[in-house]
Amino acid sequence: MFDTLILILDSTVRLSTPLLLAALAGLYSERSGVFDIGLEGKMLGAAFAAGAAAAVTGSAWIGLGAGILVSIALALVHGFACITHRGNQIVSGVAINFLAIGLTALLGQDWFRQGGRTPPVTGDARFETLVLPFADALREVPVIGGIYSELLSGHNVLVYIAFLAVPFTWWVLFRTRFGLRLRAVGENPAAVDTAGISVTWLRYRAVICTGILCGIAGAYLSVAQSAGFIKDMTAGKGFIALAALIFAKWKPVPVMFACLLFGFLDAVAIRLQGQQVPGIGEVPVQAIQALPYILTVVLLAGFIGRAVPPKAGGTAYVKERS
Amino acid sequence: MTAGQMPRWADYILMPAINVAAAFFVSGLVVLAIGENPIDAVRILVWGAFGWNEGIGFTLFYATNFIFTGLAVAVAFHASLFNIGGEGQAYIGGLGVAFACLALDRFVPWWVTLPFAVAGAAAFGAAWAYIPAVLQAKRGSHVVITTIMFNFIAASLMVYLLVNVMAKEGSMQPETRTFEEGGRLPLLDTILPGVDFGSAPANLSFVLALLACVFTWVLIWRTKLGYEIRTFGANQTAAIYAGISPVRITVITMLISGAMAGMMAVNEIMGSQHRLLIEFVSGYGFVGIAVALMGRSHPLGILFAALLFGMLYQGGAELAFEMPAITRDMIVVIQALVILFAGALEHMFRPALIKLFGVLSAPATRPA
Repeated sequence: MFDTLILILDSTVRLSTPLLLAALAGLYSERSGVFDIGLEGKMLGAAFAAGAAAAVTGSAWIGLGAGILVSIALALVHGFACITHRGNQIVSGVAINFLAIGLTALLGQDWFRQGGRTPPVTGDARFETLVLPFADALREVPVIGGIYSELLSGHNVLVYIAFLAVPFTWWVLFRTRFGLRLRAVGENPAAVDTAGISVTWLRYRAVICTGILCGIAGAYLSVAQSAGFIKDMTAGKGFIALAALIFAKWKPVPVMFACLLFGFLDAVAIRLQGQQVPGIGEVPVQAIQALPYILTVVLLAGFIGRAVPPKAGGTAYVKERS
Repeated sequence: MTAGQMPRWADYILMPAINVAAAFFVSGLVVLAIGENPIDAVRILVWGAFGWNEGIGFTLFYATNFIFTGLAVAVAFHASLFNIGGEGQAYIGGLGVAFACLALDRFVPWWVTLPFAVAGAAAFGAAWAYIPAVLQAKRGSHVVITTIMFNFIAASLMVYLLVNVMAKEGSMQPETRTFEEGGRLPLLDTILPGVDFGSAPANLSFVLALLACVFTWVLIWRTKLGYEIRTFGANQTAAIYAGISPVRITVITMLISGAMAGMMAVNEIMGSQHRLLIEFVSGYGFVGIAVALMGRSHPLGILFAALLFGMLYQGGAELAFEMPAITRDMIVVIQALVILFAGALEHMFRPALIKLFGVLSAPATRPA
């Protein structure tokens, strides 16, 4: 029983990592007043770029770099449309999602001719699992040994980066001048503008942060969790991340717990596939899969707490009216 | 910077045309990057869609789907609501069509089943839009987010129903039994004399789609409700001051929008597949966004935009056959670029165009 629990929690950590990176990515953008439903697209683009670059160069780190660059490029398209040209942020996000789906499949087929896949990556082209010190020595110790050597040890470096990004994001947002201004520009851009700070430049920096984190999330999918890019491999994770971001009311630490919860649901759903649960019978896996979305809707409806988005979110800032 | 600085025709026809042209220009660059000739690609695409009877049939069939999902997005746009849930509403709409067909197809001819199928599609699609609508109207939950969530909930629900409840006895396929004659719409070429669309599934739903266009035009521009919808969309504060209930308008508009999206299922399920199966919507709901943006939320514009996307879908299939390097994913890229340029970047060329018109009209307006 304990071993099963550890196994489920272990895969929870693995499954929440991309959600966590993408949700934190969305946090920067949305806190600055730029809604982003294009997390999915940026992740997919990054996953493809990382898979392709790692397969060609044989280095997972170059793959990660390529993923981040592509994700930033897509984030800048979003910024160009929404910040510079004051376009509709939702429409722009939809466009980016489609652009990523289409281009990754099209270029993937053109470059590698494997039905949209990238060649499988092995060895240095993939992020290997790290074994924390003494993990093997402590394995036999009851309870703590299992938790330490199975749950905490034995993940790849991107998992640790994702969880370290949580306190880092908190620090940036709530303890730095940049973070204060970023939050201010999402609530009241006119005040920030009056203080002589460029709203445009601040929001551009926020979407670049989003690009970096989505890039890591995408690279995690193709060169860490899996060994190569598969067509449409994000499979809605960007939207679950968006749900987690809303569920956590746009706050970094709750974002981590929301992602862990949604990752846990996913892990349980995989575990329960086709199994009989005593007293209930076969649990419909689809019900568990739909749970993150249902929970988010219930939260948005204000039945469990209230999710209030950044006040200036969704609207472009117009400096002066002529 | 108001629209008044440009003639109306420039605002409604020239601007969208320039934006779409920009999208196609960038698409051409993508084709070049793959190492094919964009001019040849366009030639194959247009020929594939309009050059032969079966091609035209497929183009009309796809266009039917896009008219419904495009109208769904457009109706909501008029109330400045963004219904991004057409995908889920169409999927659930399929349930309504399937219930009507499965119940009636063995006993009555298709024309008796049709009204029930249409009503079922509209009712189920509207029902799926109802909860997001009420949450937006009464609790202020953003309709974009809730409709996205409802797309995913719909997908899970339909997989569950088709695998566990509605699947044919003794079959592993997640689909219902095939409908008998009473659950199948006649093909267009059997109704129209002297027309032959080959094996293309263009069916009576196309006529239904045209009627939906007319209905939408009358609703939005010729009824009190439509006037209220447009007022609410233009200025919520003014609308409320004028005594228009925001709750009522939000809910009614979303119900109509959901019903339109749901009716897409009539074309796919009763017109072509003749059974309910998983993932039959396959992105048509999202393309509706591009169609509505390109058609400027006007039924006539949507009709043309839907035909254009129908052409892309059918011609794109031919293109993938003739130029194997350009897979059908190219259509998704074009679609994305249309959404980007005609939607998110719609204001990009405006200042330049206004300046141009200013220069052109300056001598005329200022007599020397």
